[in-house]
Amino acid sequence: MRASKVGLVLLACAVAGAAAAPMVAPHTPDQQYRALLDAPPTVPHVIDDDGAWHAPFIHPWVLANRLEQTFNQDRSTRVPLAWFSGGTLVRSTDDERAPLMLLGTDSFGRDVFSRLLYGARTSLGLAALAALAALAIGAVVGGIAGYAGGIVDDVLMRASEFVLVLPAIYVVLALRAVLPLVLSATQVFLLLVIIFGVVGAPLVARGVRGIVRSERGLEYAIAARSLGASHSRLLLRHLLPATSGFLVVQCTLLVPAFIVAEATLSYVGLGFPDPIASWGQMLHDASNVRALADFPWLLSPAVAIFVVVLALNLLLQDRRAAARYTGPM
Amino acid sequence: MAVYLTRRLVFAVLLIFIVSSASLVLTRLAPGDFAMVTLGVDARPELLEQTRARYGLDRSIAAQYRDWLSHAVRLDFGQSMQHGVPVAGLVAGAAANTAILAVTALSAATLIGLPLGIIAGSKGGTAASHAIRAISIVALSTPSLLTSLILLVVAARTGWFPVGDMRSAGVSTTTDLLWHLVLPATALALPIAAMFERLQAQAMSEAIAQPFVLAAVGRGVPRSRVVWRGALKAALRPTMAIYGLVIGALLSGSFAVEAVTSWPGLGQLMLNALRARDIYLVAGCAAAGSMFLAVGTLLSDVALAVVDPRARE
Repeated sequence: MRASKVGLVLLACAVAGAAAAPMVAPHTPDQQYRALLDAPPTVPHVIDDDGAWHAPFIHPWVLANRLEQTFNQDRSTRVPLAWFSGGTLVRSTDDERAPLMLLGTDSFGRDVFSRLLYGARTSLGLAALAALAALAIGAVVGGIAGYAGGIVDDVLMRASEFVLVLPAIYVVLALRAVLPLVLSATQVFLLLVIIFGVVGAPLVARGVRGIVRSERGLEYAIAARSLGASHSRLLLRHLLPATSGFLVVQCTLLVPAFIVAEATLSYVGLGFPDPIASWGQMLHDASNVRALADFPWLLSPAVAIFVVVLALNLLLQDRRAAARYTGPM
Repeated sequence: MAVYLTRRLVFAVLLIFIVSSASLVLTRLAPGDFAMVTLGVDARPELLEQTRARYGLDRSIAAQYRDWLSHAVRLDFGQSMQHGVPVAGLVAGAAANTAILAVTALSAATLIGLPLGIIAGSKGGTAASHAIRAISIVALSTPSLLTSLILLVVAARTGWFPVGDMRSAGVSTTTDLLWHLVLPATALALPIAAMFERLQAQAMSEAIAQPFVLAAVGRGVPRSRVVWRGALKAALRPTMAIYGLVIGALLSGSFAVEAVTSWPGLGQLMLNALRARDIYLVAGCAAAGSMFLAVGTLLSDVALAVVDPRARE
């Protein structure tokens, strides 16, 4: 059970960071510092060069070479950090000239750490909503197919199998690319939720159908029907709850898949438009080799994605093991 | 078996037909067309009309689709508007590049994942099995998009591997190709190897618990022989069954890897074709993509039938 606890803690941290983004992030996601393009992280120190202790402070960056975009640390200046001021948890006392950039800045001079937190809202929110959409569509389609049987079952399952054998990424790519490229962030968000939901649903539908089919013939279902339960009541109150374990496992599989799908789409420029922070959009900023090699902090969204996917995988590991020992299969 | 195979083949052909038709019509219906994309929105109207007429974009969708279809049944998939060469050649080249990447990654994933899974599954509870499991979970959590980005940073900083593309300029040796292949293939293979390892380990630990294994050990058959001959045969089924789905994961992963390492594969071609609204090329790429999946699932079903006689019925 240890692995799943670690996963749960990691996931809780990510969700809390996303939820509290406006309070924790030192800057807004679109705030630009034109003097600090691709600046390295400002690491908080407590000991200065003479060995004396201070409250946490940072050294500001001074542009050394505009062509190479290299910076030198001004180690003679100490800028103390201000706690609970300016509406955020922590920020620099001299936010104009020496801002706190925990993970450096991107090529527009925006704070990567703040964008990472705001981006978590977009990326995790999108993945979670899309997973819910896929589960809802899958449960409805699979439930009806499994309950009704016959020709309805045949038609619905053939349709899901058809979507299932399509190359998923090409479908998402084609659907996104044929729609207008310039859309507002909300439109892109809803659009991706729908596309991901539809593409992710068939696998859920197939599983739900199988469970509903086998549960339909069990005593409790027959009893409920003989007591006069309507079709919808029988399906919604009695049969679909039996699929909840399956749905939870599917959810932990779909969310990471959707996080990666958003990242891939945004990476190739078909995801969220630029000022919006999402993890994939931030990776897009790191999409040339020179940026990657010289400004490795631009890869922090990759680390964030890894941590969230790892957390979900850890959760799933124990759930699988538990299902193996107690489940009927 | 013959009837089954024929039915599957008919289904595959139907699938490819529907997918390519749908992508052609969708791209045609999409806002903006090839003339607009290449010449720009503020191009002179007569120039736009001229370009549209040249590529047949001034006709109705139905007329254009009929024309494309009548050629497609004769295996002529039209000319790419971007490149001015037949679509078939372009798609075949890109599909071959994707296939090189995908087949290498799949073989590597199988060769690494299966043996590790067998070891982890047959030696449950030991340090080795815990270590393999931990590595697997980490590898499972690094999507190819991330691995290829991180490997690219390493390559760019150390110079150990070439960054991007498939061949060095002007060099066409196999060694050079393999050299370029290492990085993208590793990125693509890693999560799939981890998935194989997990599946195989689970199947193996279940197979090991079967009475026939105990019976064989009781008869004095060496343990390694029981594991690698007897139990393995019973435990291969779940992994073989997943190969069909893995082809899909491989295509998605390879799209990301191709985008990051600029590998000239199908994903890149499709992306550029979609952007340029090069409708015939989009249809060709979509057809090739679904063909990959159809062939993949077919092969995995055949493999399953080979390992598990029950699946043949």
